[in-house]
Parts: sequence; structure tokens; C-alpha cells
Amino acid sequence: MSYQGKFRVWRGDDSGGGLEDFTVEVNEGEVVLDIIHRLQATQAPDLAVRWNCKAGKCGSCSAEINGRPRLLCMTRMSIFQESETITVTPMRTFPIIRDLVTNVSFNYTKAREVPSFAPPKDLAPGEYRMQQVDVERSQEFRKCIECFLCQNTCHVVRDHEENKEAFSGPRFLMRVAELEMHPLDTADRVDQAQDEHGLGLCNITKCCSEVCPEHIHITDNALIPMKERVADRKYDPIVWLGNKLFRRS
Amino acid sequence: MPELERHSFDVLVIGAGGAGLRAAIEAREHGLRVAVLCKSLFGKAHTVMAEGGIAAAMGNANESDNWQVHFRDTMRGGKFLNNWRMAELHAQEAPQRVWELETYGALFDRTKDGRISQRNFGGHEYPRLAHVGDRTGLELIRTLQQKIVSLQQEDFKEFGDYEARLRVFQEFTVTDLVKDGDRIAGSFGYWRESGRFVLFEAPAVILATGGIGKSFKVTSNSWEYTGDGHALAMRAGASLINMEFIQFHPTGMVWPPSVKGILVTESVRGDGGVLRNSDGKRFMFDYIPEVFKDKYADNEEEADRWYTDQAGNRRPPELLPRDEVARAINSEVKANRGSPHGGVFLDVSTRLPAEEIRRRLPSMHHQFKELADVDITAQPMEVGPTCHYVMGGVEVDPDTGSSSVPGLYAAGEVSGGMHGSNRLGGNSLSDLLVFGRRAGAGAAEYVRAMTERPTVSEDLVGEARATALAPFQQEGGENPYTLHMELQQSMNDLVGIIRKAGEMQEALQRLEKLKERARSLTVEGHQQFNPGWHLALDLRNMLLVSECVAKAALLRTESRGGHTRDDHPSMDAEWRRKLLVCKAEGDGATVTEKPQIPIRHDLLDLFDRTELEKYLTSEELS
Ligand SMILES: Cc1cc2nc3c(=O)[nH]c(=O)nc-3n(C[C@H](O)[C@H](O)[C@H](O)COP(=O)(O)OP(=O)(O)OC[C@H]3O[C@@H](n4cnc5c(N)ncnc54)[C@H](O)[C@@H]3O)c2cc1C
Ligand code: SF4
Ligand code: SF4
Ligand code: FES
Repeated sequence: MSYQGKFRVWRGDDSGGGLEDFTVEVNEGEVVLDIIHRLQATQAPDLAVRWNCKAGKCGSCSAEINGRPRLLCMTRMSIFQESETITVTPMRTFPIIRDLVTNVSFNYTKAREVPSFAPPKDLAPGEYRMQQVDVERSQEFRKCIECFLCQNTCHVVRDHEENKEAFSGPRFLMRVAELEMHPLDTADRVDQAQDEHGLGLCNITKCCSEVCPEHIHITDNALIPMKERVADRKYDPIVWLGNKLFRRS
Repeated sequence: MPELERHSFDVLVIGAGGAGLRAAIEAREHGLRVAVLCKSLFGKAHTVMAEGGIAAAMGNANESDNWQVHFRDTMRGGKFLNNWRMAELHAQEAPQRVWELETYGALFDRTKDGRISQRNFGGHEYPRLAHVGDRTGLELIRTLQQKIVSLQQEDFKEFGDYEARLRVFQEFTVTDLVKDGDRIAGSFGYWRESGRFVLFEAPAVILATGGIGKSFKVTSNSWEYTGDGHALAMRAGASLINMEFIQFHPTGMVWPPSVKGILVTESVRGDGGVLRNSDGKRFMFDYIPEVFKDKYADNEEEADRWYTDQAGNRRPPELLPRDEVARAINSEVKANRGSPHGGVFLDVSTRLPAEEIRRRLPSMHHQFKELADVDITAQPMEVGPTCHYVMGGVEVDPDTGSSSVPGLYAAGEVSGGMHGSNRLGGNSLSDLLVFGRRAGAGAAEYVRAMTERPTVSEDLVGEARATALAPFQQEGGENPYTLHMELQQSMNDLVGIIRKAGEMQEALQRLEKLKERARSLTVEGHQQFNPGWHLALDLRNMLLVSECVAKAALLRTESRGGHTRDDHPSMDAEWRRKLLVCKAEGDGATVTEKPQIPIRHDLLDLFDRTELEKYLTSEELS
């Protein structure tokens, strides 16, 4: 049931580093994070990795496994061949701190730039009334565990440092959409999304939605509807094209 | 030696879970400059893992619910050992705290008439838990996090600086509190990223560090739960109470081994799931204790009717308080009626349509599918007890959260008293908000009233630094991971769910040896993001706190809530009147008895006399 698995783990810091080879025991039912922990306990006590819940709930353990952005704690070893060498590298879009740990402060900065929920002035606490169907849209986005895998994947900023200033990334564009769709939010967020958070840079490739461990339909349910709202006011070639194609078919 | 980084604030909040964030919001809204310090990234604290819900008697699902009923349930759940004033404040203020979250932007599941929906949970008489599917903790923490951001945005408008009055220091570990005479003067710790040390000067510190579960092998808790706040408080001279009471949640995953202990939310049972043994029997009917006989159904028909008609039927015994269910599962497994991997079966697949299960329990569905290849809409889950929550903690003044050390406050899981000997599900999230807010206000008032600020002596800073660096100075010592595993195994086997005097004595001997070995730990590498070093420092806390648990558990010769003695199986009304108080002495702990504060009369009057007779001595009743 157990076997010796082959792993290549990126080790290093902001001054550089590279892949190191390890052979580690793998047991039935384990996830990649178990292997990283076994490495720490037996071969590399100072191997840096973030994790908390080990159940896909906190979004701490994001990394890239064989090049694919994933949660270490939700990636079962059983999806790999025993003979396969498994490569674990840190998220590429964010600066390295050490080993598998990156500096994700970009995301906290962007979070702070989204104006907060603007509550209705005429309702006291306890007087809020909303229908389940109306809260469900925003609730889907609030499932986000802030693993930042979508941020890491989006090609607008992956390998494009120069776009980071103007683009909040799928996670925070989705946050704008969440507030826009909140039944009781009183702010208008449509122009903001386009002008301040860079919605126009998104060309709806859906790569973000594909890696989301919460299976949130980021593109379909948040980004495209926001683009449509923008298009109602402004001209966006992608939505225009999308609408045209849609009408033709 | 690099220059020491220094900061000065009015209030330091250690911990960014529900309690810490609510405390920080309150202190900031009192106009003070506040820092929040936390070991993980902002938004990842343990609270994020809470699933089932937050208990508050809003009366949305059943109009008969009110704070008195919630108070009664809480006292019953804790077997009357609770600090009654905390239970009272908690029951009264929880609804306000939940409604307030909506004004911060929270989106709870709704009732048909648009109010906050409430679900059933063990020990709660009415459906009382506000929830968002089974990810309520995520909603709570994100909402508070976003409220903090909104306060920072206000400060940005006013001062041009987001962090003018509220700053979060994430991935930062506090290793020591610093005092000036008998008062709190600040805290000392290190950036996890760089290993560099920082001194925070502040006249008030609020501990909101959560629990201690990482001292046990099978636990639902994460690496953060090393009892830091408990140990920091003790070393600063404060006392802990109720440390013998540890909640083993009845339903943790048991398979595969790498996920053993991960929580299966109680909502599974609240929404209709049942427990069965290997004979397919719903065994909980055999385990209804005398004190609960009039509240729980003794047959399947009545139990099943209860889900649709709560007024006319008694509750299913699957919803007994957690300690009862955990012991029952333990007994079934011991009697060889367990599941293949040493648990029992928890089945919701035959109780609800698949679609309904996916809607109500999405993250359980996901968790079992991804981690255990089990589809809970079609198969039963295998579950067993897991170390989940510590009822014990810093002894505080209920109204202000103040400990016995001036300037030191505590709220949330790190504080003690509120839950007595056993916590009801959903009562923690509400506890965090009610007492987080109170501690924030308490600390703010303390700082306001102060005429002269404390100062920090450089000697103490030097000592704190030397302690933190010790593991690098030694060579040839042991690896912290080895010690940690031995500690977890000992606590699990010897001070676990069922306890015996001899085993606990053995545990204490082992702890002494572990303490000895911990003095000469060796860590490799350097100070930059070094998990081996972090663990070495956390071990100091785990060992101290484990000693409290074992010593208090050995002294309490009765069984009550989260403390079950094989050699003293019954509950003893005399023991209800006693608290066990832990204090630090040298590098160990002492435990002494202290009389429990008698329950106020008007609160006692909320109960039937016949019920009180089950818990109180005749002297108290006369
Ligand atoms: C899986 C699971 C499910 C649960 N479900 C529910 C539920 O449905 N309902 C309910 O009411 N309760 C539930 N609970 C219990 C509840 O979640 C916890 O008791 C509660 O979240 C604790 O909150 P807290 O604010 O006290 O601490 P936490 O949220 O644990 O936060 C502790 C904080 O302290 C910080 N910290 C600790 N030590 C240090 C240090 N040395 N230096 C700096 N920072 C430090 C940590 O980094 C963290 O930020 C559940 C618990 C678990 C494990
Ligand atoms: S859909 Fe938009 S946000 Fe998502 S990856 Fe593509 S460009 Fe980025
Ligand atoms: S939207 Fe999905 S991928 Fe992006 S941060 Fe949230 S959970 Fe992660
Ligand atoms: S450790 Fe929490 S998501 Fe992986």
C-alpha cells in the first residue's frame, strides 16, 4: 500500500533557488500536503510551506503541482502514477519568500481598494429582509476561500508585472460583482469596475474559473455579467463581439 | 545583532479569529490605535473552519425562542458548571451581534419571509443556528475582515493612511508578554517570514489565540492551536480555569489516516443524519442519560416525527450534547460494533434527497468526495471522536474580559468559564462576537482611564530574545517534530476521551521527561520561515498547557461534560461548586481548587426545581 514516491520541490528564496529531488514514503489516501509534511519531519525540517485547515477551507496551501495551480491539501496522491515524479513549485505570479511560500500582499492591497459594503441607511440591525434567491448570487462568490489561485493563473498578471497596478484580478473583480449584486448594497459599482479595477483587461478566457477549488463560476457569473452592466453604459469590444456571436448562433 | 523593530499602540489584539477581529473593531471604534497580530495570513484563522452555524435566539424559526431558553440550554450543556454571568450575557447579546454582521455585509441563508434562517443543533431546544450552508465560519471571518478593511478605508479618507488606527501584522508570532511591575506593557515576538524580532509597546493586550488541540493526536484543529494564549497568560501571572474539560467532537473523519480527525459538522445530524453501528442499529437510543430522558425521544418513530413537528415530539438522541454522543460512539467501537476503520456510520444518504444534501451540506459533500472517495448522497460516512475544543481558558471578568493581570484581556476559545464543562455547537461563534466586543470595550476603557503609561525594560526584551533563540544555540539535541509526536500520542492515549487516575499519572511523568528533553531541542537552518524553529517555540506552550490539562483532570474525581473518568463515572454535585485553577510556577503548573460563584437567584428561577435537583446540592437548593 505504501511506496517510495519521487518528488521535485522548489527550494530557495528571493535571491534564487531551484528544484531539489526527494524520495518520500507515500501511503494510501494521502494528499500532497502530507508528503510535504513528511519531508519536513524527516528530511528537510526548514522546508517552508503555508497551510492551516488541511481540508480545503482556508486557502493557505496554494502552489503549483506539475505546473498546475492547486491546493496542496486537496490534491490526492492517487491521481498520480506511482512511477511519476511530482514537481511542486510555488505560485508563479507572486514574489518568492522562501520555498513554497510567496508574498501575496498584492491581494491584500487590491482588497483594500474595493469600497466596502454600503449599508442602507434606513434599516436598523435586525430589519434586513432578503429573499434566498436574491442572496444566492452573491453567496456563490462569498464561498471564495482566498487561495488566490485564480489571481495566480490569470494571464493578465501572470508574467505581466506591468499590469498589476491597473488590474485587481478575478478575485477582486468578483468582489465588486458580489457587492453590486448584494440586494441591499447602496453603492454603484459599475464604472468603478471598469475604470479602477481593470475589468476591461479581462478577455473572459475562464482560466481563473478552471482552477478555482471552490468551483465558483467566476467568469460566467461574476465577470461577464459585470461586463454586460458596463456595456450597457460603455462600449466594450469583447462583450459586443460576444453578444453578436451569441445572437448569430 | 540587527536593530529591534519597535511599534507602539494603545491596544494589541493577539489573534485574528472571530474574537480578535471583533475586539479590534470595538477598540478602534472607541477611537484607539489598535494592532492585530496573527500567526497565519489575515483571514485564515481557525474561525474560518467553523461549519454549522452561530447560535443566537433571534426566534426567526420558532417564535418561542428567547434568551432565557438559550441560557437554559447553555447551562444544561455545560452541566451547570458555566460561569452563569457569561452564559447570561451571551444569550442576551448574541442576536444583536449576528444582526450587526448583516450591517457589515454578511449574507446568511434566509427564511421564507426574508429573515435569517436558523437550523437545529445538538442541545439547542429550538432551531437557533444562523448559517450559510456549512461554511458559516468563512462568512463570519470574511465579514469581520471586510469590516476592518472598511474602517481602514475611513482612516485613509481621514488621514491618508489605511493603517493610521488599525493595523494587521500577519504571519507574526508572539512569544512573550512583557510587563511593567504588575501591569501589562506589551509583547514580544517574531515575523515568521524573516525570523526578525519585534517589540510592541502597549498598555493593553487582548488574547484571542484560540485553543490547544494540537497537543492531541486526533484533532480537528490546525497547527495554530498550540495553546499560546493560554501559556502566555499563565506566564504573565494570570490564571486558567476548567482546563480538564476538553470537547471531543463525536464526528471526525476516521479514514483515510491522513485526514483522521477532520471535522464532520454536526449539521449533518441537525439536518436529519443518523448514527448506526455495524449491525445497522441506531444505537443512540441506548445512550440517553437520566438527566435528558424527558427531552429526547426513545424510539425512532417519535425521533423522526420531531423533524417536522417539534412541539409534539421529543428530539432525536443523535442531537444530545456532544460529550454524550462522543462517549456513545466510543463505547460502540469498544464493543466491536464499529465500522471497518474504527468509527461508526453516519448516514444522511437514506434520509434526504441527494439534491437537498448537496444544497445543505455542500462542503461536507465536497470534503468526503475529494478526500475519502465517499459520496455522502449515496453512502454513509465513517466517523469517530476527535479533539475539537477546549472549554478551559483564561479566567476573566465576564463584563469586560479582563484577567487578573491589569491590562491583560482574553476572549474567545482562549478564555474560560462561558461553556462550563461542555460547549454546545454554535455557541462558540456567538461567544467570539459577544465577548470579543466586550473585551475590546473593556481594554479601551482601561487605556482611557490610565494616567501613566507602562514602560518596557530592556532586560526583559533581552530575556525574551534569548529564550526565542535558544533552539539555535544547542547542538546534538532532538528534533522538535519527534517530541511533538510523542506529546500528541501521550495526551491522546492517557488524557483523552475516557480517563483513569493511573494513566494520567503516567501522562504527567511523560510530560516531565518531555519537558526535560525540550530544553535541549536543536533546530537546523536559520530564522527565515523555519517551521522547525516555530514548532520548537510552540512546544514550550503545548507542554505547559498539557500539564494543566492532565493535573486538573487527575484532581477532578467525577465525570462531567468534557471530562470522563472511568474510575469516577458519575457526576457529583459537590464538584459542581468547585473550579480548578491553574497557575504557572517555575516552568510548570500548579492546580488549586476554588469555590464556584453561586448562580444568581432570578437565573435559577428559570429552571424547574426537579431539574435543578439533578445538578445542585440540597444545601444550594434550600
Ligand atoms: C472544524 C471546526 C468547525 C467548527 N464549527 C463550529 C461551528 O459551527 N459553530 C461554532 O460556534 N463553533 C465551531 N467551531 C469552534 C470555533 O470555530 C472556534 O472555537 C472559534 O473559531 C475560535 O475562535 P477564536 O477567535 O477564539 O480563535 P481563532 O479563530 O482560532 O483564532 C486564533 C488566532 O490567534 C492567532 N494566534 C494564536 N497564537 C498566536 C501567537 N502566539 N501569536 C500571534 N497570533 C497567535 C492565530 O493566528 C489566529 O489568528 C469549530 C471548530 C472547528 C475546528
Ligand atoms: S476570465 Fe478574465 S479574469 Fe479570468 S483568467 Fe481570463 S482574463 Fe483573467
Ligand atoms: S475565487 Fe476561487 S480561485 Fe479565486 S481566490 Fe477565491 S477560491 Fe481561490
Ligand atoms: S490547508 Fe487550508 S486550504 Fe489547504
